Amino acid sequence: MSSKAKEYKKVAYYPGCALEGTGHAYNRSTKELGKALGLELDEVKNWNCCGAMEVKNIDPKVQTYLSSRVMSIAANEMGHDVVMAPCNGCYHNLKKAEYDLKNDDASKQVVERISKKAGHQTYESGQVETIHALDWIKDGIGEEGLKERVKSSLKDLKIANYYGCMYTRPRHIFPEKDQGEGSDSTSEPHFMDDLLAAAGAENVDFPLKTACCGGAHTLSDSDTSTLLVSNILEAAESAGAEVIATECPTCHSGLEMHQVRAEKRFGRKTNVKIVYFTQLLGMALGLSAKKVGVHENISDSRALLKEKGIA
Amino acid sequence: MRTLDEIGAVLNIKGSLASAYLKAGEDTLCHWAEGRGLEPTIDAREGFRLLALHHQGSRGEPSFNACRETCRELAYHYNLITLEPDHPDTEKRLEMMRLVAMHLYLFVSGKMQVNGLGEFCCASRPLRTGT
Repeated sequence: MSSKAKEYKKVAYYPGCALEGTGHAYNRSTKELGKALGLELDEVKNWNCCGAMEVKNIDPKVQTYLSSRVMSIAANEMGHDVVMAPCNGCYHNLKKAEYDLKNDDASKQVVERISKKAGHQTYESGQVETIHALDWIKDGIGEEGLKERVKSSLKDLKIANYYGCMYTRPRHIFPEKDQGEGSDSTSEPHFMDDLLAAAGAENVDFPLKTACCGGAHTLSDSDTSTLLVSNILEAAESAGAEVIATECPTCHSGLEMHQVRAEKRFGRKTNVKIVYFTQLLGMALGLSAKKVGVHENISDSRALLKEKGIA
Repeated sequence: MRTLDEIGAVLNIKGSLASAYLKAGEDTLCHWAEGRGLEPTIDAREGFRLLALHHQGSRGEPSFNACRETCRELAYHYNLITLEPDHPDTEKRLEMMRLVAMHLYLFVSGKMQVNGLGEFCCASRPLRTGT
């Protein structure tokens, strides 16, 4: 078992905006999975947007402040030293804020000034460790722990694991990655592969696991996003996958929506299903498809999961 | 140099040679370099001009690293196919290489369009659209 197992038993939970909207099924399945595994989530009180892309594009230092406020509340008002963010965008932004506050005096000054004005304690670099939902399960329970708990194996389910581009980039904001055994890799991430394999799934070799899905351009240049997604879906099918497992609400909804659009706009139909890794793990632990929100996905995987004896 | 449309057409053909897909990737990155006012490098990194071109293209443009692994996967598939041409999975690997090269092409050409570079700059628009 990981040395972090005890630390991750109870963590501050930062769902972020997407998990209250299009990523609702990810929120639901993350919470249900935590319950089933005996891992406790304590939602950050009065949390705010991490600054996502919109604020970051206009003023990156304000984004640093917004992310730092979330970490400040978790650390200074709730007494946590670990914040878990299941959304790649939130995870990335909190990590970036941590890096900037450690290395950039100008960012530090801006955060101090706004925190004072907002009337809360300034976040100090190092007060919390930000982790992704993948770290939470991988280090909190581990593959062996999962294997012991599996009730409905994902056996015979062929999965392409899709991590998207923000889980690993840029490398310098993820100092814990690329540290050898036990750490994830920025060039060839494998935590999701490891967890789903432990639940019995057959992972296919998928070369576009960290490729861009065009999420940032989905509104400004929908056709490019659709073509990028379509290519990812076709590559997954060519690799033999029946399901693409996701770990980011933006990637997930992008894949789902552009799968529909690709057929309408370009006549490119794909049948691969898109499912959150938390939903797959939840069902492997015996939770019902409804409990982990499979019916909330646009990509309807219920028939396939039923056929495989998973749902 | 081939136009982006011509490169796209090559990538739409299934079952070409691995070298054709690798060259399509290189030419795509040459467009990116030229669009940014650079002379595309003829150097190689780890035996691939493709990787040297990506390195050149990401200098001063960190977001271009979003296609770093795509380039590396393209080089990896090229090696798989050329080092084991008789492998039973060669056909499958070739199709995967085509899709990886296509992803690089879509990503880079989309980025050029957003940034108004190369064929997508205002001055080039009449040539591209034929107006």
